[in-house]
Amino acid sequence: MTLRNETPVAAGFYERTGKYRWIIAEWMMSTDHKRIGVMYLMALLSFFSVGVVLGFTIRLSLLSPGWLVGQQTYNELFTLHGIIQIFLFIIPGIPVAFGNIFLPILIGAQDVAFPRINRLSWWLYVTGAVIVLLSIFIKGSPPDTGWTFYAPYSIRTPANISIAVMGVFVLGFSSILTGLNFVTTIHRLRAPGMSWFRMPAFPWTLYATGWVQMLATPVLAITLLFIFLGRFFGVGFFDPTKGGDPILYEHLFWMYSHPAVYIMVLPAMGIISEIVPVFSRRSLFGYVAVCMSALGIAVVGYAVWGHHMFTSGMSDTARVIFSFVSFLVAVPSGVKIFNWVSTLYKGSIETDAPLLFALSFIFLFSIGGLTGLIIGSLAPNLHLHGTYFIVGHFHYVMFGGAGFAIIAGLHYWFPKITGRMYSEKFAKIGWLNLFVGFNILYFSMFILGFQGMPRRYFDYPPQYHTNHVISTMGSWFLAIGLIIIFANLIRSIFKGEKAPANPWGGKTLEWTLPSPPSHENFREIPVITRGPYPYEEEARL
Amino acid sequence: MGKKMGMWFFLFTEILFFGGMFLLYSIYRYKYSQDFHSGAAEENIILGTVNTVILLTSSLMIALAIAAVKKGKNILSSQLQLATILMGVAFLVIKYFEWTAKIDMGIYPNSPVLLKLAKGEILFFGLYYVMTGLHGLHVLVGVVVISFMLYFTRRETINLENYARLENTGLYWHFVDIVWIYLYPLFYLVT
Amino acid sequence: MKEKFTEDQAVTTGTYTAVWLALLLLLASTIAVAKLRLLAQFSVLGSLLIACAKAGLVLAFFMHLKYEGRFLKVMLTVAIAALTLLIGLTFVDVWLR
Repeated sequence: MTLRNETPVAAGFYERTGKYRWIIAEWMMSTDHKRIGVMYLMALLSFFSVGVVLGFTIRLSLLSPGWLVGQQTYNELFTLHGIIQIFLFIIPGIPVAFGNIFLPILIGAQDVAFPRINRLSWWLYVTGAVIVLLSIFIKGSPPDTGWTFYAPYSIRTPANISIAVMGVFVLGFSSILTGLNFVTTIHRLRAPGMSWFRMPAFPWTLYATGWVQMLATPVLAITLLFIFLGRFFGVGFFDPTKGGDPILYEHLFWMYSHPAVYIMVLPAMGIISEIVPVFSRRSLFGYVAVCMSALGIAVVGYAVWGHHMFTSGMSDTARVIFSFVSFLVAVPSGVKIFNWVSTLYKGSIETDAPLLFALSFIFLFSIGGLTGLIIGSLAPNLHLHGTYFIVGHFHYVMFGGAGFAIIAGLHYWFPKITGRMYSEKFAKIGWLNLFVGFNILYFSMFILGFQGMPRRYFDYPPQYHTNHVISTMGSWFLAIGLIIIFANLIRSIFKGEKAPANPWGGKTLEWTLPSPPSHENFREIPVITRGPYPYEEEARL
Repeated sequence: MGKKMGMWFFLFTEILFFGGMFLLYSIYRYKYSQDFHSGAAEENIILGTVNTVILLTSSLMIALAIAAVKKGKNILSSQLQLATILMGVAFLVIKYFEWTAKIDMGIYPNSPVLLKLAKGEILFFGLYYVMTGLHGLHVLVGVVVISFMLYFTRRETINLENYARLENTGLYWHFVDIVWIYLYPLFYLVT
Repeated sequence: MKEKFTEDQAVTTGTYTAVWLALLLLLASTIAVAKLRLLAQFSVLGSLLIACAKAGLVLAFFMHLKYEGRFLKVMLTVAIAALTLLIGLTFVDVWLR
C-alpha cells in the first residue's frame, strides 16, 4: 500500500543538533560531510540554473544576428556562462556534492579524513563564487574575455577581470583541498576488509580525480596570478612588447584546463559505474579494468593539453605528439564504455530514471568522444578549431556526459538523501524532453561548425540562419525538460512517498543505512567480506 | 600518519604551483640566455649566498627542534624554534634590502628604466620579483606558523605524545628551503 | 590494509649536523662551479644538478623521506614527473618552432 506522507520525513542527519541557536549557523559550521555535501548540492544547482538562463539567452540572441544583444553584451554573456557553468558548477560538481555525501559511507567510514578542511573547502567555495559574481555587478563591466581569459586581451581589457580571476583562484584552492581530503580519506579510512579492489568504482574515480585536482589546479592558480600581476603591476610575461609569449599563456592555461575536464567526467563515469550494475542486476563487467582505466584517463589526460592549441603557432613536432596522445586517452575511456554495455548485456534491466539518464550518458558521451577524435586529428582541427563544432563537442561530453550523470545521480540517490521517492512518471517525461531537446540543440552545432560558423560570434551571415534557429528551438525543449525534472525533484522533497532504505536493491554500503542516514553514519563500522557488486554470487545462493 | 600524508599532498600542490613559475623561467631563459646572464650580474651574490646559508641552517634548527620534542625536551625545542623564526626574519630583512636596492635603481615591474632594457632582462627581473616575492610570502607564512608552534610547545600542548603539527610545520619549512635552493643558482649564479 | 608509514626512526643530532655540513659544502661547490666556470658551458646544468643533490639531502634526512614508506616516495616521484612532463612538452613546442 502506498501512502502519501504529507508530514516532513526529514530526521536523520537533518535533525537539529542543538549546538547553535540559528539553524543556518548549525549548517554553515557543520563538519558533517553529509551536511556539507547537501549545502554544496543546493549551491551547485542554483548556479547551474543561472548558467542555463545565460545559455538560453545566448541561444535566443542567435535567432537572428544581433537582434537581442549587442557585441559587448554577447561577449559578456558567453564569458559568464562559461565561468559559472565550469568553475561554479561542473568542476566542483560531483565530488563536492555526491562525493562528500557518499564517499565516506561507500568505504565504511564515519567522515572524511579532515572534516574541518572539508568545511574550509565549502567556505572557500562560497567565497570564491561570491567574488566571481561580484565581477558582474561592481563598477566596470563584466568579464568579456571568454572563460579562457586569454592574454594579452585579458591583461588589457578594462573589464572586471582581476576580481573574476581572484574568485576563480579561491575556487581552485577549494578544489585542491577537496582532492587532498578525498585521496587521504580513501587511503586511510577504508573499513576493515575493504581492500582497494573491494572498493566500489565511484570512490576509485574520486581517487583519480583527487590526484588531478592536486596536481593540475595549482598550475591554474599561478596562471591566474600572472594575469592579476600583469593587470596590476604590468608584469608582462605574456606581453610581446615586454618579451613575453602569449602562447605560453595558452600552455599554462590548458595544462590545468584539460585535466580539469577529467575532474568533470571521471566522477561522472563513477556514477554510471554504480548505476548500471544495480539496474541490470549484474556485476560490473571488468571491474578491475574499469577502476584502472580511471587512473589511466587521469595520467594520459595530463599530457594532451596542446590539442586546444593546434592553430596557435606551436611547433609541428609538439602538435603531432599532442594529437597522438589525445588518441591514446580514448582507450581507457573506451574500456569504460565497453564494460558498461557488457554489464547491461543479458542483464535484468529495470528502466527507471537513473538508468535512463545513465544510458543517455553512454550515448551522448560516446558522440562527444568520437567527435573529439575528429578534432584531435591535426588536419580537421585546422578547419574546425574555433567553430561551433567545438562547442557541440564539449557540450556533448560536459553536459551530455557529466551533466546527465549528475541528473542520474540525483535520481539514483534522491531517496537516500531526502528520504522520499520522486515521481517516476514525471522523471521520464522530463528525461524525454531533455534528451530530444539536447540533441536538437547541440547536434545542429556540429553541422554549423562544419559549415564554418565561428564560435563566440554575436552575428553571422544568412547561410547559417536555419541551423541556428533549429538549435535555439532545441534549447527550448531542453529548458522545458530541465524544468520538469527539477520541478519533480523539488516537489518530491515535500510530497514524495517515504523511501525505504534500499529502493533499488543496491549492494553498496549506502543502501544499508536508513534514508536519510543519521548524523553518525554507522553504528558499528562494517567489516567487508565481499566485492561491491555481488549480484551473480547472491543469485546463485 | 594521516595528517602527515595530508601535509605531503599539500606540498605536492606547492611543487606544481612554483613549478609553473619555473616553467616560465626555463622557457624564457632558453629564449633570452644572454639577457638572463646580464640580469643575473646585477644580483648581489653575497647577500644571496648569506640568505642560502641562513635558510639551510634554519632547516637544521627546526629538524633538531622536532627531534628535541620527541625526546620530551620542550625547552630546548622552543629555543631551536625561536632560532628558526629569527633566521626566517633575517632572510626576509635581507630580501627587503635587496628589493629596495633594486627599486632605488629604478628596476621594478613596469618601471620606465626597466622598459628600456632588453626584452630578456625585462622578463628576468619580472620573474625575479614574482618568484622571490611568492617565496618570501611563503617564508613569512612559515615564520607565523612556527611562532604558533612555539607557543604550543611552551604550553606543552605539543609534546612527545603529540607532535604532528610541529612535524608538518617542519615539512613545510623544509619545502620553502628547497624552493630557495633552486631559486638561488637560477637568479644569482647564471652569469 | 593501510599503506606503511614507518614510525620515525630517531635520526640523531649527529646525522642532522652532518647533513647540514654537506649542504654547506655543496653550496660552496655550486659557487665554485659558477664563478670559476669549472664546467664551461655546462655551468648552469652543473649548478642545477648540485641543487638537486641539496634538495635530495633535505628531502631524505630533514624531511625523513628516507624512512618513509614506499607509497610516499612513489607519489613524490609522480608529482615531480608531472612537472617535468609539463615543462618538457612545452619545450618541445618552443625549442622546435
